[in-house]
Amino acid sequence: MNIELKCFATLGRFAPENADAYELPDETTVADVLTALGIPEEEVKIIFINGVKKELHAPLADGDRLGLFPAVGGG
Amino acid sequence: MKILRINTRTKEYSFQEPGEYAGMGGRALTSRLIKNEVPATCDPLSGENKIVAAGGVLTGTAAANSGRLSVGGKSPLTGTIKESNTGGSFAQKLAKLGILALVLEDQPEDDSWVNIHITKDGVTIEDAGDMVGLGTYDSMDKVRARYGEKACGMIVGPAGEKLRRAASIQFSDPEGRPARAAGRGGLGAVMGSKRIKAVVLDDKGCGMVQSADKDAFRAANKRWVEILKGHPVTSEGLPGFGTAILVNIINEAGALPTKNFRHGRFEHAADISGETIAETIKQRGGKTKHGCHPGCVIQCSQEYVDAAGKYLTSGFEYETVWGFGANTLIKDIDTIATLDRICDDMGLDTIDMGGALGVAMEGGAIQWGDGDTCMDLLRKAASDDELAAAIADGTAAVGKKLGVTRVPVVKGQSLPAYDPRAVKGVGVTYATTTMGADHTAGYAVCQNILKVGGDVNPLDKMGQVEISKNLQVATAALDAAGLCIFVAFAVLDAEDGVSTIADMVAAHIGQPFTVDDVVKLGTSVLEDEIDFNTAAGFTKEDDQLPSFFSEETLDPHGVTWDFSVEELQAAKVK
Repeated sequence: MNIELKCFATLGRFAPENADAYELPDETTVADVLTALGIPEEEVKIIFINGVKKELHAPLADGDRLGLFPAVGGG
Repeated sequence: MKILRINTRTKEYSFQEPGEYAGMGGRALTSRLIKNEVPATCDPLSGENKIVAAGGVLTGTAAANSGRLSVGGKSPLTGTIKESNTGGSFAQKLAKLGILALVLEDQPEDDSWVNIHITKDGVTIEDAGDMVGLGTYDSMDKVRARYGEKACGMIVGPAGEKLRRAASIQFSDPEGRPARAAGRGGLGAVMGSKRIKAVVLDDKGCGMVQSADKDAFRAANKRWVEILKGHPVTSEGLPGFGTAILVNIINEAGALPTKNFRHGRFEHAADISGETIAETIKQRGGKTKHGCHPGCVIQCSQEYVDAAGKYLTSGFEYETVWGFGANTLIKDIDTIATLDRICDDMGLDTIDMGGALGVAMEGGAIQWGDGDTCMDLLRKAASDDELAAAIADGTAAVGKKLGVTRVPVVKGQSLPAYDPRAVKGVGVTYATTTMGADHTAGYAVCQNILKVGGDVNPLDKMGQVEISKNLQVATAALDAAGLCIFVAFAVLDAEDGVSTIADMVAAHIGQPFTVDDVVKLGTSVLEDEIDFNTAAGFTKEDDQLPSFFSEETLDPHGVTWDFSVEELQAAKVK
């Protein structure tokens, strides 16, 4: 399956080249993506799947939009 | 510390003992004084209104991030009480001069403009001369030439001179640039109605404000700095990317108001993101980190430079980037930065200008995404151009002029950069704060989106009223202390965050001050403000969002605004 992967702010350095159509085996979780990209779990504070906040072990489906953020704030 | 009162009609001034205001600071002082002394039903642009400027209880000490200024008055934009909060050097210099609060009263009968110059030797009120009509950047050049290189200014631009109801008061930063704004609520028009072009401070020969228990204060401040430097938001995110780091996450959450609050995502969000801004600044040789006042350890500001590497603007905030970006469909970051510069120079609130331009586009007066026309209209804010004048009077005024019904305001003040349907907690704050739509008054984006201080579903009503209420109380206390509200990101996640603030205040004033006292302080501020607004005629029916938020669903989540009048009242302390 393919997902649209977005690594923001300080996580930008982990973004793969094919992030817009990032290929994954079936039954993959967010945690598996972090492992595959070498992103330390403690650097990821907020996870969005299709615009909804999710946890580390949330499963991914074909066509999902996954957004990974470190701790951010502002306003 | 004394209260300096200046009568702008007679040009007389007096230093008074603080009396009932002793020990108060910031928003607690400005709101109490306005409630006590300004008739709630008065015309905000009449001599009955006052401007009060006060640093917080901790301002002028070495406490990190304690240099914020509260500016109070009755707002000509909303008709409510107003506390507009700003950075810059003014608050700390005011405190070092021994001034607890500066109060500008009455108004002159003629059209002669003055500057007020305050030093440790006294107060001089003199003709503003050739500064009248100038933008705030040129005005600051004149201020430095006239009063010395280190002079610090509180200035109105051409918009404030013309009493435009969304006019800001601009304040100079440590580099002397008027890039910091008491933006919200049109207090620039109130200062203009008193014919004051600039209040200039020079604290030469004045020392830091001394604390009652110096050792205890030093120890508490040491822990305070550790808390701020130990949290990733205040030590990495904000200094690295500025507040516009929020563009991507609010867009991802489907809550970035786009095309006048029609959509929750902007297809060009990446082009206006904090990441892009930081990258652009680095490539051009600007500065990605900058403090709005000495003693700031967060450094969320920046010096944005143009393609030639020349300084363009500073204090270029998320709300500004959103207002001139996603909300109007302008995607060129240099255009957005130029609009920010024009607002600072003309003395206009960037949030209300973003809202006003969006409504002007909604009404067909400007094409969506037409940045050049936006720049032209903002530059004409003080001219006779009717559309430009309506824009400078704010979002609600443009809606009225063009007959637009999708007007994103509460109590006449433009909604900021989070769609309330998809960040329901901050929607509760927009509706119920004493200020008119204001995100800073109770920043529930923390728990709704950022997982700071808790974690709730932003699309659901559950828990939102309580979160907003607690944040409104806490924020009022921070504003009274003179602390930057961005400390909250670290405070909400540190077990001893609030108690460390209480410890600093206790050591500074030399009296017990506990976490309970912090809550009591915040609550009392809100009670004063609600009393004023009630006396001004506001009711629970005014604590509502515009009806289109309940009638139109927001993509991508398909959500609407669904709080009843009674549910929202529970977010208020009285």
